[in-house]
Amino acid sequence: MIDFKSTLKMAVVSLKVNKMRSILTSLGIIIGVSAVIIMLAVGTGASVKIAKDMESMGSNLLMIRSGSVTSGGVRMGSGTRPTLTLKDAEAINKLARGILAVAPYSSEAQQITYGNQNWATSVAGTTQSYLYIRNYDIAEGRNFIPEDIKNNTKVAIIGNTVSTELFGDMDPLNKTIRIGNVPFKVIGTLKVKGQNGMGQDQDDLVFIPITTAQKKVFGTDFPGTVKMINVQAQNSEVISQTEEDINEILRDRHNIGKNQEDDFTVRNLAEMQETIKSSARTMSILLGAIASVSLLVGGIGIMNIMLVSVTERTKEIGIRMAIGAKPRDIRIQFLIESFLLSIIGGLIGVFIGVTASKAIQIFSDMSIVISSFSILLSLGFSGFIGVLFGYYPAYKASLLNPIDALRYE
Amino acid sequence: MALIEVKNAIKRYQTGDEYFNALNNVSLSIEEGEFVAIMGASGSGKSTFMNMLGCLDKPNSGSYLLDGIDVLSLNTDELSDIRNIKMGFVFQGFNLISRTSAVENVELPMIYKGIPESERYDRAMKALKIVGLEGRSTHMPNQMSGGQQQRVAIARAIINDPPLILADEPTGNLDTKTSIEVMEFFVNLNKEMGKTIVLVTHEPDIAQYCKRVVKFKDGNIISDEINTHTTIPY
Repeated sequence: MIDFKSTLKMAVVSLKVNKMRSILTSLGIIIGVSAVIIMLAVGTGASVKIAKDMESMGSNLLMIRSGSVTSGGVRMGSGTRPTLTLKDAEAINKLARGILAVAPYSSEAQQITYGNQNWATSVAGTTQSYLYIRNYDIAEGRNFIPEDIKNNTKVAIIGNTVSTELFGDMDPLNKTIRIGNVPFKVIGTLKVKGQNGMGQDQDDLVFIPITTAQKKVFGTDFPGTVKMINVQAQNSEVISQTEEDINEILRDRHNIGKNQEDDFTVRNLAEMQETIKSSARTMSILLGAIASVSLLVGGIGIMNIMLVSVTERTKEIGIRMAIGAKPRDIRIQFLIESFLLSIIGGLIGVFIGVTASKAIQIFSDMSIVISSFSILLSLGFSGFIGVLFGYYPAYKASLLNPIDALRYE
Repeated sequence: MALIEVKNAIKRYQTGDEYFNALNNVSLSIEEGEFVAIMGASGSGKSTFMNMLGCLDKPNSGSYLLDGIDVLSLNTDELSDIRNIKMGFVFQGFNLISRTSAVENVELPMIYKGIPESERYDRAMKALKIVGLEGRSTHMPNQMSGGQQQRVAIARAIINDPPLILADEPTGNLDTKTSIEVMEFFVNLNKEMGKTIVLVTHEPDIAQYCKRVVKFKDGNIISDEINTHTTIPY
């Protein structure tokens, strides 16, 4: 049995003899591995971002909007005819199965002032549940309490952007701001949430009790209505049941006949999230398949060159066998050569892949996640390819008859 | 006991329906320390015989004992070990591994024997010194003359200190002056180091260096004589 170091040295020598050829042979693996690294970096980055967006949106969510106005045959889009009321929300909370929380919601753009500062932002009337459902966390101060809703208290919880614009470095808690002309006391601030999936600033808003909003702030022709009701179901299994119950309850409450169109729409965000997740998954599988194909092609390239190399070096194999090399020694020598070819290709590929991923991160807004798993995976796979596709040429070399091999010119 | 003991060796090749006996019931015994020339025209069976002695080929029938070992009963790996330990080859075409330095070529048989790296270099340098090439250890085969290459091959053949050296037309590619130099190395190997040498040649001048001359014709040994008028005095 010959020692590993000597075999490794022999392999390095014969790869160095044909430097250009070795590099070109590794090119398939280099491209394959760098493709795997880049695709996994971009893919993982995208799914991490999607997961983050979904988390900020809230999970197992149903969004109920009021229906559309039809005026002279022109349909104005959902939410234009305010049909949903606070009473609807209460009914859903009481009657529908699988409910975790219900939050009515109406919002309007309003000018807010504090001292000599003013800022236009979205003012949302809602209840304390909304903050739980949509994963808004209180940074300082407190959330609404049921009394705030019941008594139309003039209190507000403000987002970070609003706080910065109006108060700068000052502590906004217990200060009085004006929404329109109505004074509100700031009882809480929200933790920073950043942008959502569509690039909207989720910190640029003010929450006030829904009842206060209806009575004091929003001028509306339909008192008591809300634009939207957010419902969080207990889990993903009951959510379709909950959706059915809501449809039934609302049709009943709104006196909608059998053949009449609904005057509200229910959007199942869980379904939407599932769709986005599965399309992200499909994308990853597709990219992975492309990368594996190029690795496979690289492996075939290695096999091709190793076969050429075995034929070229028939005489050398004959000499080695004559002076005492066993078939196994010959096989290991050629296997190590092909393994080196692909693992060196793999290392160069990792370097290129990581560099390219970093470049993508710098020059575009895409989020990139380079995991050590993806590096190990692609390196391991390229080593495996080298052994897999190097085995046949190495086996062929070891089967040579030394007499014929020595005569080969 | 003889170093080489071949009895009734028959090697048969088949071409179509015709059988052709490359070795036709050959028996030969070579004692340790002998210096034997094998002569004969091409097709006489001498190459087949040498391949058999070199454990590269097996006869269809007969027996071959090398240093008491029944070679015909060995498997491929055991034959590799026999070639590695019991004999050294010197070829007509030198057969050094290209793009590999002289000293690394000499080290090869030791690598396959499993000798540790630390020991290999020193031993290879010693062997190169014996053939007078210690100053050329880092030269590649294509940077050396034919005579020098053949001397590296001789150093490689003796590196594992085998009792037997097999030389297949070792002077076939060399000019007369270099041939004489190389033959003097073989004579020294035989005389000073006690190596048994079997050397194939078709040149009577070269055969003159040997102590015994065996002639092949049509797969048979036709003469086996002690060389009484060697060029070198023993």
